[in-house]
Amino acid sequence: MQLTVWTYEGPPHIGAMRVATAMRGLHYVLHAPQGDTYADLLFTMIERRDARPPVTYTTFQARDLGADTAEIFQSAAAAAYERFRPEAMIVGASCTAELIQDDPGGLAKALNLPIPVIPLELPAYQKKENWGASETFYRLVRALSGPAPASGTARERADGRRPLCNVLGPTALGFRHRDDLVEIKSLLDRLGIDVNVVAPLGASPSDLGRLAQADFNIVLYPEVARAAAQYLQKTFGQPMVETVPIGVRATIRFVEEVAVLAGVDPAAVLAGAPSRLPWYSRSVDSTYLTGKRVFIFGDATHALALARVAATEIGFKVVGLGTYTREFAREVRAEAEAHGIEALISDDYLDVEAAIQAAQPELVLGTQMERHIAKRLGVPCAVISAPIHVQDFPARHSPQMGFEGANVLFDTLVHPLMMGLEEHLIGMFREDSEFHADAAPSHLGAKPRPAPEPEPVTSITVTPAGPAPWAADAEKELKKIPFFVRGKARANTERFARERELALITVETLYDAKAHFGR
Amino acid sequence: MNAHVPLPTLDDGCGVSVRQERGQRAVFCGLTGIVWLHRKIQDAFFLVVGSRTCAHLIQSAAGVMIFAEPRFATAIMDERDLAGLADMNDELDRVVARLIERRPDIRLLFLVGSCPSEVIKLDLGRAAQRLSRRLSPEVRVLSYSGSGIETTFTQGEDACLAALVPEMPAASPDAAPSLLVVGALADVVEDQFARLFADLGIAPVRFLPARRAAEMPPVGPNTRYLLAQPFLTDTARALEEHGATRLAAPFPLGAEGTTRWLKAAADAWGVAPAHFDAVTAPGLKRARRALEPYRDLLRAKRIFFFPDSQLEIPLARFLSREMEAELVEVGTPYLHRGHLTDDMALLPRLTQVVEGQSLDDQMDRCRLAKPDLTVCGLGLANPLEAEGLTTKWSIELLFTPIQGYDQAGDLAELFARPLVRRTRLEV
Repeated sequence: MQLTVWTYEGPPHIGAMRVATAMRGLHYVLHAPQGDTYADLLFTMIERRDARPPVTYTTFQARDLGADTAEIFQSAAAAAYERFRPEAMIVGASCTAELIQDDPGGLAKALNLPIPVIPLELPAYQKKENWGASETFYRLVRALSGPAPASGTARERADGRRPLCNVLGPTALGFRHRDDLVEIKSLLDRLGIDVNVVAPLGASPSDLGRLAQADFNIVLYPEVARAAAQYLQKTFGQPMVETVPIGVRATIRFVEEVAVLAGVDPAAVLAGAPSRLPWYSRSVDSTYLTGKRVFIFGDATHALALARVAATEIGFKVVGLGTYTREFAREVRAEAEAHGIEALISDDYLDVEAAIQAAQPELVLGTQMERHIAKRLGVPCAVISAPIHVQDFPARHSPQMGFEGANVLFDTLVHPLMMGLEEHLIGMFREDSEFHADAAPSHLGAKPRPAPEPEPVTSITVTPAGPAPWAADAEKELKKIPFFVRGKARANTERFARERELALITVETLYDAKAHFGR
Repeated sequence: MNAHVPLPTLDDGCGVSVRQERGQRAVFCGLTGIVWLHRKIQDAFFLVVGSRTCAHLIQSAAGVMIFAEPRFATAIMDERDLAGLADMNDELDRVVARLIERRPDIRLLFLVGSCPSEVIKLDLGRAAQRLSRRLSPEVRVLSYSGSGIETTFTQGEDACLAALVPEMPAASPDAAPSLLVVGALADVVEDQFARLFADLGIAPVRFLPARRAAEMPPVGPNTRYLLAQPFLTDTARALEEHGATRLAAPFPLGAEGTTRWLKAAADAWGVAPAHFDAVTAPGLKRARRALEPYRDLLRAKRIFFFPDSQLEIPLARFLSREMEAELVEVGTPYLHRGHLTDDMALLPRLTQVVEGQSLDDQMDRCRLAKPDLTVCGLGLANPLEAEGLTTKWSIELLFTPIQGYDQAGDLAELFARPLVRRTRLEV
């Protein structure tokens, strides 16, 4: 058992629902107990969809347990076909149905429906949401993309048409998938490339039957679409682009890679200043952003991209990097190494909380779950990855990808921080009744925050031995350091004292440590 | 439990037609009760023992708020637990130890059963007893089931309160009669009722659940209880096992409902009718005045209820009698005929009550009827709006103070608001 205060991903059948709801003409029959229909709300409320997800739940109850749950499943599947007449159907079990072992795949097959019925094996007690989405998409592509060409058939492009690609990965309930797609389609169009199929978002089962016609595949979200793209590469010889275009440099690299595969010239698309981020970041009022300590956590795609943007495009110092996506742990570890830190690979919220507390960042870039941690620690926070809630499905255009995505990122990352002038003045004058070191940034309109020095969290102790005690005047001197760097100053001073086995931390110790560590 | 003896369509003697329906159900499971119960009992913590689905449900509901210190969590079972490689009770003890270490302020810990834990028959009752022994006197550990296979939405509160009943101090058999108001109410409503009972000369009056674990009220043979919520079947049964007696009444929604509910207690205490009228007159007058403007908006409006919380029948009674609305269909997930007798008797003749649900069939009926207002859950609300129907999302009725005189206007406004909004928007 794992104590889970917040979970970073839902169970795998939610991933399957994200694929089914993204598509058209596909129905999902899910063997699940009464109550699992809460998942509808993810789509109707959080994503504000205007139609019910194409999911039929068996919603069995205690009185149904026993012999007739299988029959309930079969009649639900038959009724769903009659009512919705989908082009294809996926069938599977939720975590509770997995325990009663009714074999939805076999039961659905026995119905002999005149459409493809694809069984999903999603082990709910081992795997999670993104894996479920990836597996579902892979199974659909495998079942519906058609037979492999005879061996030795070379891929050739029909004369006179523009290069053609598939865009794979966007789903329902994806973080900014709607707007990322707008950006990517516009880039492709300006490069002179046509889109064959976007999937799963907006695709029908018959669209999946046309996937093989494209010259190559673009994988926007590897967590969802890498497995399917690898299958297409193996089966139809379609190369794939896996560079995720989040951030200015990543977008440039993406455009160049796509251009090579399509055989087009990217110069026109890259000319001029396609994003405002570089200038905003170079303008002098961004100077104070230099070296601000940032902790980054999310799915692998967004965590990796944001680490690069934060370090090389905004000038922050990445002091923590992690992901809950174990499948991509290797990439995240390598990236963390480049920042001189060790990656945190965990889906345990309490581990993440402890790591953030230990790293003492001035900004947290994370998920909806890191908002809880940041609130507890009084640290500014911005959301860069799922899991997210309703406020991160905004009405306005807000991509993360492409050149406009970079503009959005600059605003998102800088907004929670205290503005430059205020930061300077608080460093100078500490006793103002309105603007003081413990106050929240005034542009956020918040009341002064109480300034708790957060007590250590959980069973994970960061320090092997207790720190030396603080002399009263040293403690008072520490209070003169602005709130957002005070935690770091305290940790550094205590470390300095421990390494030198000092019995008491004095004002001198505080300044010796400051000189030793620099900012 | 959802299980009950199926009944044929029948005229219940109060002119109401009750039909039962089975099929796909779009309702919450009882775990959802945690979303409001964790705020009502301030030093309680709710630990669900279940799967990632359970954890996901609760955070999808409550996670839009940012919690520095959440008061609920899930012990997620994994393969090792199911394969018997790890002793589940040892695992549970480890998880609880970690939790208590992190949250030393917890006084009451609920182990909440889920579908997976119920299907594999994990005995949380025994686990709660074992942990209580280990953690007493600082922490009491109780258990109840909020699983979807056994409980629908508000039945989670019922199961939670029923688990609290054995914890209530025993009142001595010769104690003076006391009144117990049962069901989680908004703090403001609780305070209003306390004042009204005091003015009526009814004492002592206590509320279940109390706001803190250590303050749970006593119960005994001289306890008379009023249900403030219609979904408290098991809690009522548990109270009666401890000698308490139910005062039959309709539920305190609207001016009429509140008056009849208070009257049940006043009659039991032998309050003189003149005194009762004098005490309730100001509230009644305020409620009627507050309802006035909304009656014009709701009069003759055709209302369709999807099943959700068991509040549907008292709400339908309020809307039809006090707002003069028409009832197309009143769906309820479960019908406790005993507790709802008084409300059913006040429904218009031939009102169609449907117990249970077959979702697609019910949606067909709703589309065909084209009601002016559809009361439904959030899984259906936006899709029905997109089809041109005006909806009122039903969960709000659990998250809003709606009982009593001074909330009658607010209650009517909840139903009028979507109708008014339709007239305002020009885009």
